[in-house]
Amino acid sequence: MKAIITVVGQDQVGIVATVANELAQLKINIVDMSQTLMDHNFTMMLSGEWDDQVLSFAAVKAALDKLGEQSGLTIRIQRQALFDAIQKL
Amino acid sequence: MESRSILETIQMIAEENLDIRTITMGISLFDCIDSDGVKARQKIYDKITTSARDLVTVADQIQTEYGVPIINKRIAVTPIALIAAASGDHDYVAYAQTMERAAVALGVDLIGGFSALVQKGYQNGDRTLIASIPQALAETTRVCSSVNVGSTRAGINLDAVGEMGRVIKQIATDDPVNCMSLVVFANAVDDNPFMAGAFHGVGEADRVINVGISGPGVVKRALEQVRGQSIDVVSEQIKKTAFKVTRMGQLVGSIAAERLNVPFGIVDLSLAPTPNEGDSVAEILEEIGLEQVGAPGTTAALALLNDAVKKGGVMACEHVGGLSGAFIPVSEDAEMIRAVEAGHLGVEKLEAMTAVCSVGLDMIAVPGETSAASISGMIADEAAIGMINNKTTAVRVIPATGKKVGDSVEFGGLFGRAPVMAVNPSQPQAFIQRGGHIPAPIHSFKN
Repeated sequence: MKAIITVVGQDQVGIVATVANELAQLKINIVDMSQTLMDHNFTMMLSGEWDDQVLSFAAVKAALDKLGEQSGLTIRIQRQALFDAIQKL
Repeated sequence: MESRSILETIQMIAEENLDIRTITMGISLFDCIDSDGVKARQKIYDKITTSARDLVTVADQIQTEYGVPIINKRIAVTPIALIAAASGDHDYVAYAQTMERAAVALGVDLIGGFSALVQKGYQNGDRTLIASIPQALAETTRVCSSVNVGSTRAGINLDAVGEMGRVIKQIATDDPVNCMSLVVFANAVDDNPFMAGAFHGVGEADRVINVGISGPGVVKRALEQVRGQSIDVVSEQIKKTAFKVTRMGQLVGSIAAERLNVPFGIVDLSLAPTPNEGDSVAEILEEIGLEQVGAPGTTAALALLNDAVKKGGVMACEHVGGLSGAFIPVSEDAEMIRAVEAGHLGVEKLEAMTAVCSVGLDMIAVPGETSAASISGMIADEAAIGMINNKTTAVRVIPATGKKVGDSVEFGGLFGRAPVMAVNPSQPQAFIQRGGHIPAPIHSFKN
């Protein structure tokens, strides 16, 4: 399963590490990644891949929701097909 | 994938209220016809609840996985007047109750199809169904009803127009809010996913998934980027935006159809507003350059918007259908309400607007003292616009019992609040009382 994970929040030390660490524990491979600061807001986009026979989408989403709550970040995960459909001909 | 594209997509959903307004499953009830009404209703209940068993679950799954809000899950069935006719029942309220029970069991928001098609004339089932509408709507909360009184091919059934005026008045005496569950159509479409007018047409497959998208906020935001530029640029910008919005509808619909193992029907390209701020069709028209909706030029701006949405959307999906145009329901659009309250928008201007967009005089509250004949006159006018212009038109008016111009009717949630609007006091009584049939128009010499 391929999904786009976006992380938005107040810039602070260790955001990348926190998110990457959680993804590693969930056995999600980071295929691509970019980050930027927009008006002091840290914005990161990751493309992740994992075996959804092993771990369901809902379980990954729940884990990331929890992480977002703990660390004060807005973390969204959406299947990549959505972005492809809207943005690519 | 570019970061900009990802952010834009997320912004459309998170900030501009882009959503899937409805996934509607159409279900044919022809195999439920029975000479015994009790048996027929049991078959109807069983067919609906087995066909759409997983509808809500699948919609919720898609919402979670794709991060796209899916606001409504709905069912549309074959017009009950056709299904119940064989039963010999003298009252179809029990059919509405069966639909309601099925909708509750499935957890769907609304179920449409308590409907009759009488554009050319009545069969017995049609008469019984129409007579049952007031009680059916009073005793249910999720059932939606529609009656088609005219078409370009058949003309307008003036008897039905007269009767529907009386039916709407009767519903309003129980509770004006129930009127929002009844639409009177001309040129009703078979695959409309939007309520209250959805029913499963007679030429449709056994089951089908239709999708209605939303997204006025996205179009408004896109137009903010081209302020002051030529109207050609506005048109291009709307087309590009409509394309993206529709792609989402196509994706969600095709996934839903696959998971439910039901053929995917159509995407309805309508821009459907909600009372939420920033989710308004009127604000798009104002962004195009009107001080407030209702100003001279409104009809032209709306015509451009409606056409550009279709042009952008058509290429984005496999099959287009339903109503496919900009909706202008007054109560469901915060800026429309403000325009009415400021005295800038009246029933007559709205009527003119319906000539160039979908769908008609929609969610309009009129004074409680408005006569049945006046309501019939409004229906006749809308049906005539639809009949002559080869388009769907509809009337969903709410006679606000005990209220006058300046008051308003609260519907709650997505249905909003309707300010009571003035209706021309001159009466069409003698015209409506003539009854009979307005002949179908000539299809040549177009002017």
